[in-house]
Amino acid sequence: MMEQALDILIAALIVLGGSFALIGSWGLARLPGLMARLHGPTKATTLGVGGCLIASMLYFPAKGMDFSVHELLVTLFLFITAPISANMVAKAYLHERKVAEGRKCDPAADAVAGRMPLPEASSATCDWATFGAPEASKPDTL
Amino acid sequence: MTGSVISGALLFAMGCVALAIVLNMWRLFRGPSAADRILALDTLVINAIALIVLHGILEETTMYFEAALLLAMVGFVGTAAYAKFLLRGDIVE
Repeated sequence: MMEQALDILIAALIVLGGSFALIGSWGLARLPGLMARLHGPTKATTLGVGGCLIASMLYFPAKGMDFSVHELLVTLFLFITAPISANMVAKAYLHERKVAEGRKCDPAADAVAGRMPLPEASSATCDWATFGAPEASKPDTL
Repeated sequence: MTGSVISGALLFAMGCVALAIVLNMWRLFRGPSAADRILALDTLVINAIALIVLHGILEETTMYFEAALLLAMVGFVGTAAYAKFLLRGDIVE
């Protein structure tokens, strides 16, 4: 009875994990604009993988094999790194947009085009996303 | 009874993750911006980790966890390096 309940719990975690992974990737494929697309992979997919890993952590002791902390390590690592990589991708996107359009902050034009406004640059040479112009920080003669 | 619930769930979850990988590949090829492609690659790595873990449960072996851990680390470092390159035009300054 106990074993059966554990099996059903593991199966539920696996199904939930797979569903969340699919929902996250569906969001990545379907949502408009990168800032919206970031939500799918960073939240839903990370949660989905976490579900699969916790199911695996319960499965092996249930089958009489040794308990291992590898899954816990992978889960912790993914949950810690997901927001960091999302932040870096968002900064890269804002920087890329600014460079491609060659313009400074223009909230009125953004409102007309339905875009998220670019953040204010903190100074003429220092961009919000780059924390300093790449050309200025690199010496020409090396 | 005991095995069939888990193997059915595994089949469903692996199908879901495979479909998720196809959707990621679509976003990877379509873009439109480089940041979209970085995000698609990052998600692709996370889904690959899920597939490896599910395959480990299916095969009843703990051998694949090292692969999953390595892929998680390399995936994060790769994403950070791509984003850094777009931001600064260089990875190690």
